[in-house]
Amino acid sequence: MSTATHPTAAKSTGRFGAYGGRYVPETLMAALEELEQAYAEAQTDPAFHAELDSLLRDYAGRPTPLYFASRLTEQLGAAKIYLKREDLLHTGAHKINNCIGQGLLAKRMGKKRIIAETGAGQHGVATATVCALFGMECVVYMGEEDMRRQELNVYRMRLLGAEVRGVSSGSRTLKDAINEAMRDWVTNVRTTHYLLGSVLGAHPYPMMVRDFHRVISKEAREQILEKEGRLPNAVIACVGGGSNAIGAFYEFIPDKDVRLIGVEAGGRGAALGEHAARFQGGSPGVLQGTFSYVLQDDAGQIALTHSVSAGLDYASIGPEHAMLHDSGRAEYTSANDQAALDATVTLARTEGILPALESAHAVAECIRLAPTLSRHDILIINLSGRGDKDMGILSRELKLKGA
Amino acid sequence: MPIRFSTKPGLVIYLTAGDPDLPTTRAIALAAIDAGADVLELGVPFSDPLADGPIIQRASERAVQNGTKLSDVLALAADLRRERPHAGLVIFSYFNPVLRFGLERFCATAKEAGVDGVLITDMIVEEADEYLHQLHKHQLAPIFLAAPTSPDERLQRIAKVSQGFVYAISRTGITGTQQTLAKDAEELVKRLRKFTDLPIAVGFGVSNAEHVATIGEFANAAVVGSAIVSLIEQSTRDEAPTSIARFIKGLRQSVALAR
Repeated sequence: MSTATHPTAAKSTGRFGAYGGRYVPETLMAALEELEQAYAEAQTDPAFHAELDSLLRDYAGRPTPLYFASRLTEQLGAAKIYLKREDLLHTGAHKINNCIGQGLLAKRMGKKRIIAETGAGQHGVATATVCALFGMECVVYMGEEDMRRQELNVYRMRLLGAEVRGVSSGSRTLKDAINEAMRDWVTNVRTTHYLLGSVLGAHPYPMMVRDFHRVISKEAREQILEKEGRLPNAVIACVGGGSNAIGAFYEFIPDKDVRLIGVEAGGRGAALGEHAARFQGGSPGVLQGTFSYVLQDDAGQIALTHSVSAGLDYASIGPEHAMLHDSGRAEYTSANDQAALDATVTLARTEGILPALESAHAVAECIRLAPTLSRHDILIINLSGRGDKDMGILSRELKLKGA
Repeated sequence: MPIRFSTKPGLVIYLTAGDPDLPTTRAIALAAIDAGADVLELGVPFSDPLADGPIIQRASERAVQNGTKLSDVLALAADLRRERPHAGLVIFSYFNPVLRFGLERFCATAKEAGVDGVLITDMIVEEADEYLHQLHKHQLAPIFLAAPTSPDERLQRIAKVSQGFVYAISRTGITGTQQTLAKDAEELVKRLRKFTDLPIAVGFGVSNAEHVATIGEFANAAVVGSAIVSLIEQSTRDEAPTSIARFIKGLRQSVALAR
């Protein structure tokens, strides 16, 4: 990768092109190696897959439908739009796929204490849910700013028996919650599993979390072939850390004619600190264990970010996305706060489906893109989560705009 | 200057460069060397210090806030080298500021400044090929961390690529002060000793003379960080150098008494 200034080490593991790797304090290495080992063993164990599949089906609600959004299609007047309904999963978002997978791994490793970070709260809720299901102790780190804007999810986590610890450092959002979770992990590493919620962090997380979400594109690919007899022209997903997007893209990567479109948070402006569009304002760097695109200043200090959606409000992006970006296999664009809010209203009123503000960024891109295509074209939007959690923020923001 | 520990245990003193400001860090550093620090670790402030506890987090935040950059830290190192030719000087950083500066440019500038060694908190041996290549090329000592959780085969690898000294982390956890020294430390030093003749410095939670004396019984040097940074936080700019010098002499004093 010509843009990457970083030398790839020969003994490095978990590389996606030049990106990924492991940049962590030595104290965590034994735990990362243990996790890598446990994951490798689980992958070859039919009993693990049987239990995972059974929970995904009977507990989480898979497979999720691929829904033809006829009224939205009609309103935009061109390409046929399908929604992959991850929002219908138990707990309300795709995050549960990964939490069940890692929860089972923690059980295999004999770790009874689970820690997690959360931005929008969806990963925190999914983690708290799985911990309740498996009878594990659960501590969730959440930035105080995110606790304020997603207070319903804070309450849900507590109701499920999790301890939610507010993080007051930095911008008091997702990045700071990850720092604090890593500090906890470094301290309690012998007894604790860190249930990281996105395709971020040190190897094996980006690979493992992707694998737990691959089911999204596996199902979607089969479903669209069944419904339309052909592959879609494009798959669109929002990208924070990038877990729902990589899950939605993965099985389509070999299908070269299928465009893969990731939508970052454009926030409220193009200046550093006003958005979370890593591929527009970022450059290669190391943050929280992995080498990828990072929003940073000239001195290598990590920039603050802004997005109306807590789940996209993060300074870096999964290393596999960095590779897909550089190779050109996936395209990355952005939608700003206003476009996401507008898209939320549009989808709610045409289809009766209220998307999470994160997923609304993907809907916004679809609204922009669809009219430029023909009636024979097909788009799949990964509707990664539902918007119930965003009621507070929506009522404030939309009232201001006179909706 | 090769890194050398003149007394047992030697003293490694950590400072977050630019906290509260660069001129004060300079004055503290000179006072620390004169009071008996064998090696100074100049911490490069970083926005996301995930291996650090609240004390160094706050210091880092103050230094980032007043605009302290890696280039400033390297200039400070050059200045200290001119003033105190015999002190050991180590740059202590997270990887991203170094990466952003450019690895080769960093090594060349550090060498030019008279820096002896480099410690990157989030650099593990498996990722270090190019890093080691550049450090060797510029005759800088790579200092790696060894943890109580590192199995023997990792300790062996760490020992093999380290120069100057090996930094043994006294406990699982982040930096910070504590009352008693973890039992983990002695055990780790024993395991590490099988693989290296380099000096071994023990750090994390080393806060007082008693800890230093205890470390002297099984290791070559003690690293004192958060206790120093905390003292700087509580002192005015004017009194900080004197209070740090007094504190370091106190660490030394009881070592002498204990003999």
